[in-house]
Amino acid sequence: MEQVLERIAVPALALLASAVMFGLLLAIYARVDPLEAYALMYQGAFGSWFSWQNTLLRAAPLILTALCTALPSRLGLMIIGNEGALVLGGVAAAAAGVALVNVPTLLAQLGMALAAMAMGGVWIALAGGLRQRRGVNETISSLLLTYIAIALMNHFVEGPLRDPSSLNKPSTFPIGDAHMIGTIPGTDVHWGLVFGVAACVLVYVVQRFTTWGFAMRVIGGNPKTARMMGLDVGRYVLIACGAGGAAAGLAGMVEVAAVHGRANASLAVGYGYSGILVSFLARHHPLAIIPVSILLGGIGASGGLLQRRLDLPDAAVVVLQGILFVAILASETLYGRLWKRKETA
Amino acid sequence: MDGTSLGLWGVPLAMLAGAIRVSTPFIFVSLGECLTERSGRINLGLEGTLVMGAMSAYGIALVTGSPWLGVLFAALVGLLMGALHAGICQLPRVNDIATGIGLMLFGTGLAFFLGKPYIQPKAPNLGAIDFGWWSSIPQVRQALQVNYLFIVGIMLAFVLAWALKNTRWGLIVRLAGESVDAALAMGASVGRVRLIATSIGGSFAGVGGAFLSLYYPGSWNEGLSSGQGLMAVALVIFARWEPVRCLWASLLFGAAGAISPALQSVGVTEGYYLFSAAPYALTLGLMIATCSPQRSLRGAPGELGAVR
Repeated sequence: MEQVLERIAVPALALLASAVMFGLLLAIYARVDPLEAYALMYQGAFGSWFSWQNTLLRAAPLILTALCTALPSRLGLMIIGNEGALVLGGVAAAAAGVALVNVPTLLAQLGMALAAMAMGGVWIALAGGLRQRRGVNETISSLLLTYIAIALMNHFVEGPLRDPSSLNKPSTFPIGDAHMIGTIPGTDVHWGLVFGVAACVLVYVVQRFTTWGFAMRVIGGNPKTARMMGLDVGRYVLIACGAGGAAAGLAGMVEVAAVHGRANASLAVGYGYSGILVSFLARHHPLAIIPVSILLGGIGASGGLLQRRLDLPDAAVVVLQGILFVAILASETLYGRLWKRKETA
Repeated sequence: MDGTSLGLWGVPLAMLAGAIRVSTPFIFVSLGECLTERSGRINLGLEGTLVMGAMSAYGIALVTGSPWLGVLFAALVGLLMGALHAGICQLPRVNDIATGIGLMLFGTGLAFFLGKPYIQPKAPNLGAIDFGWWSSIPQVRQALQVNYLFIVGIMLAFVLAWALKNTRWGLIVRLAGESVDAALAMGASVGRVRLIATSIGGSFAGVGGAFLSLYYPGSWNEGLSSGQGLMAVALVIFARWEPVRCLWASLLFGAAGAISPALQSVGVTEGYYLFSAAPYALTLGLMIATCSPQRSLRGAPGELGAVR
């Protein structure tokens, strides 16, 4: 019981602390009534069906990229190359989309998704494999792979795949309106949200109810025990990293096939980095990723309203997200200490 | 800059110019990260510190009219950001990598938030020393325009290397990074050593940011940094945690960044974007070559959990 209470109380405290800090910044520096700002933010994020749709649209890529950190973390690996997998997934999807322009729509979309997932999966599995075979630290290698991925994207977008008519912002050829994946019927929210939620549920079921999930928990708990049990640790590392990378790659495909219609520098806008933090905030739990992404998506969605009504810079919501991330990460230290103190006091 | 009149010589010249012009922020962030990591902590948030430094230096230079006051203030802001990172990471069970990424987002967001009013006005620039007076070729003259901070950065690298090696303070920093037990046996407080090292490291990154906004490119806007702060980690690994090698690595990264436009200007249009990936590919190659399942990177501080 205390543990459950703690799991609610600690993040709630961190949320409250961030709200106070951001409120002080607004009141002192921007001379804006914080309560009014928070009311507006609620309105802009969850106040109407329109705001909800905006929020969910922003949550979709976060859900998918967060899995890229969450999955390998079950094996004790810390992957931070989410951005790279997303970017290359997007490029692969655009290349596949251009190649499959004359194929029936559903097949072309499937091809794009598979290309993106394969690309992202291989990219992150590379970091996992290097860890396993050569002992190269996966955190650093996945970060380096992200820079390489962004350079590769620039290479393809400005070189071999460039659409000569894209002058101001070099882009690949468009995949064509016919093959865009469109929105969920009755909404303006694209299918990326459904992909993300489905992926989280799938990961949860696999982790919770299958032998694979059990094996991964054993490896994450103690790799030596796992080896003595005869588990092929290397194979599970590749699977977890590959699946995580595939999720981030799919996020890139969604960006291309549902939002931009082509691959360009708009892919590398930081969804990958936010995804890392979402995963940490959700304590790498696949189902917790969904509400955390929606909360952060909501904060992002409310930026426009704050800008219009209170004349705040659009970066205001990024500040709040940053404070929130840091506060929740720091609150990790409170677990197990909240109640003990009361007893001694 | 137009390299065509010099023919192919334009390429190495542009690389030299690039090394001198754009490597200064690299030098400062890599030295900051180097000091931080030598004390046994990793700071992935230097990008946020760099952007905060750039914004605050520009703002102060604009208000006071003195760019050097701006640099000083940027160092102070960097110091605070570093102390914040160190303070949070010191709490038990807090992950330093995630905190770094969180502070990167916080720093860039806060800089854009507070820096909104400074986007339009023009702040005074840091000057440069003209080392190219002997030459009549404009490209050479331009390449040898050396900013003061570049020279400060070079000196800082040697001073830091010397201090880490020869002073008591440097010994304690290295001990905190190599073995907590040994540091405790010396009577040093590991937490305080890391707090100081991370804070000073942050102040270096702040100065690197000041160079961006006050010299090159020399204005404040939201697209100012092209990830120089993020590169710090790669640079330090490439330099294998040695300050003087950080300097060479920064010059190399700066030159590599200048290859692409230089090649473009002499008519090579194929594949030049791949050159910008070269430093990272080299760093990764170095890691693959020197790591094995039995031992971690050569030169890596023993307590640095992030690279184990």
